Amino acid sequence: MVEDKDMLLMNDQADDGRVIYNPWRQLRQFTAARIGIGRAGVSTPTRESLEFQLAHAQARDAVHTELDVEGLQQDLLSLQKNFPSFNHNPPLLLQSQAVDRMSYLQRPDLGRKLDDASFASLKPYQVTSPYDLALVIADGLSATAIHHNAVPFISALLPILSEGIQNFSLAPISLVRQGRVAIGDDIGETLNARAVLILIGERPGLSSPDSLGLYLTWSPKRGLTDDKRNCISNVRQAGLSYPAAAHKCLYLLSEARRLQCSGVAIKDRSTAKIIDNSAVQTSFLLDNKVDRKGVDGK
Amino acid sequence: MGQAYRYQLGSKTYHFADLADLMAKATPARSGDRLAGVVAESAEQRVVAQLLLAEVPLKTFLNEMLVPYEDDEITRLIIDEHDAEAFAVIAHLTVGDFRNWLLSDNATTDVLKQISMGITPEMAAAVSKIMRNQDLILVAQKCRVVTAFRNTIGLPKRLSTRLQPNHPTDDVNGIAASMLDGLLYGSGDAVIGINPATDNVTQATRLMKLMDEVISLYEIPTQSCVLTHVTNTLECIENGAPVDLVFQSIGGTEKTNRSFGFNLAVLAEAQQAALSLNRGTVGQNVMYFETGQGSSLSANAHHGLDQQTCEARAYAVARKFSPLLVNTVVGFIGPEYLFDGKEIIRAGLEDHFCGKLLGLPMGCDVCYTNHAEADQNDMDNLLTLLGTAGCSFVMGIPGSDDIMLNYQTTSFHDALYARRVLGLGAAPEFETWLEKMQIMSNAGLAQLTNHLPPAFAGTLNSSAVRRYYG
Repeated sequence: MVEDKDMLLMNDQADDGRVIYNPWRQLRQFTAARIGIGRAGVSTPTRESLEFQLAHAQARDAVHTELDVEGLQQDLLSLQKNFPSFNHNPPLLLQSQAVDRMSYLQRPDLGRKLDDASFASLKPYQVTSPYDLALVIADGLSATAIHHNAVPFISALLPILSEGIQNFSLAPISLVRQGRVAIGDDIGETLNARAVLILIGERPGLSSPDSLGLYLTWSPKRGLTDDKRNCISNVRQAGLSYPAAAHKCLYLLSEARRLQCSGVAIKDRSTAKIIDNSAVQTSFLLDNKVDRKGVDGK
Repeated sequence: MGQAYRYQLGSKTYHFADLADLMAKATPARSGDRLAGVVAESAEQRVVAQLLLAEVPLKTFLNEMLVPYEDDEITRLIIDEHDAEAFAVIAHLTVGDFRNWLLSDNATTDVLKQISMGITPEMAAAVSKIMRNQDLILVAQKCRVVTAFRNTIGLPKRLSTRLQPNHPTDDVNGIAASMLDGLLYGSGDAVIGINPATDNVTQATRLMKLMDEVISLYEIPTQSCVLTHVTNTLECIENGAPVDLVFQSIGGTEKTNRSFGFNLAVLAEAQQAALSLNRGTVGQNVMYFETGQGSSLSANAHHGLDQQTCEARAYAVARKFSPLLVNTVVGFIGPEYLFDGKEIIRAGLEDHFCGKLLGLPMGCDVCYTNHAEADQNDMDNLLTLLGTAGCSFVMGIPGSDDIMLNYQTTSFHDALYARRVLGLGAAPEFETWLEKMQIMSNAGLAQLTNHLPPAFAGTLNSSAVRRYYG
């Protein structure tokens, strides 16, 4: 829709009140950055200004949307029917010590701890022979990320886990309101799980209001720090796909079981990238055929 | 041991345990101090603390250490390098008198420069706590800090910009596309500075080479920087990479900086290494520092101080190494430290004021995250206020959207807005270049040309761009 405008070259006439388009907008082929947006005077044109406002509004809404626990519970219950390896208990509904979003945003320490009622409700599910994995779903900074991605990701993960690990045992799934990453430690420790995987809404970006983050912690205990965790980021339809994320999870969990630890000790070789320094890539910006003399007017 | 402070207001007696407690309670409200548990318990207590703080002699800050001298190399730096001669002019003042003096006509640009090394970060922080926003703007505007590398930053009526062409995978064409966009909007005189997505020596070298080649090809009077860890940059220099500026995030306590993985000796080594390359043409300020309120608390290294005092102490680190640029990344850290637009704006003005008063080329990343209670209007306000205060530089990014760091900062357009409404130019060498390249027809008025500058027309017809359209 804007493409034909993109290709319009600017003319040299005075700005007569219309938007000046930027022909280099075509360089968006190389980046998602908002380049070549044109200008009204020196300001952002109306359309681009409102597009930005829309993206920001969506990110804001993602931060403040409440986790739809009833909907999630329903979806997870129907998943249970399809996957026999699933724990047969219904999803557990938990809450951090942050009572609402305002307290959550200003007191990260409270979002990392379960409240007393939640601890009590976990106790009946505590086992003596540990679960292999506890799955925890927390709203984090984007309930939207959970609504869009949690159930599809778990659907991709479960078959891979039951195939990849023999006699795999899963704890009941926990749903946490106002939760941060470390709250998984409280849950995993109380349930007695060998590992905890928390699915959490990441801080929304302007172009990614629904990005899901996954954190794996081996032998979860209250007070562990982030260097004991492995993270998989940007799980969403326009980001890392569910099957790819599920395979990474299996890899990390297998490594954690082998090494009996998680965090910096595990190198995620599934994404190892080698940068070839001898062949420094060149850029279009250096591929400029212009006659330098002509530029200097000589 | 420091003294306790006491104030009788009507029938009520207020107690403050020591100078650190008094400073913290006197700080305008912000969420980070609440998180640290050092915030004033009521609005009245805050003003009582301010009343008491105004009575504290400036000399007290030379005798009473907020972080123990024995435990902290930044305290030692502050005390050991304090210039008693420069301090003599204000040595008789209390914090409250100091505010009056700063606002007075006696405190001219020249005088403020002369006393700068006599002011400690704690004195600057203390006086800022009893100043209103307009005071912070007025005094900062009188301070002049001029630095140079391939151009001159901080001259009167100038506002420079850091071109920040970040890309989530460090793709060279993605970065180049944002660089071109910025240059064609007149951005990049403070520095072209990339936050790498992959933070290692190989990647940093690759990005340094890219920027160096662009700067050489188009003969841009500016400098480049990859914002990687100082030890990475040192290794890049050893490997012969084209390093203009050395970057490091710094904090106001030794423990904070240890958590960042460096100390003062490492910074000194890096500065010497960069100086040895002798790549500056009009000056040799080779360091670029970033700071931000909340970093010490975040590293659990705040020693019970409020976050603004910790921040001011980081400026002692910065001024030791004669930086080209110091940037307070004010709204990046999130709402648990600065909750909303009001707190971000206040912090931005405080940081700019304290930095300038202490003699630093202070710029500001006027920014916010999506979980903060802030929006573009708050940023417009802060940008306009900082432009008025004589801020050295701000960021420039396509459409305010950093697609790598996932936050919003000022756009190329925003900088042009500020230049126009406030009558501010870019660095003079850069303005000459903008006109020579036909990017601007009148750089002093921030007037862009309406045609595609010929020197860049070729690049849009380059094989890489054409290949895509087949």
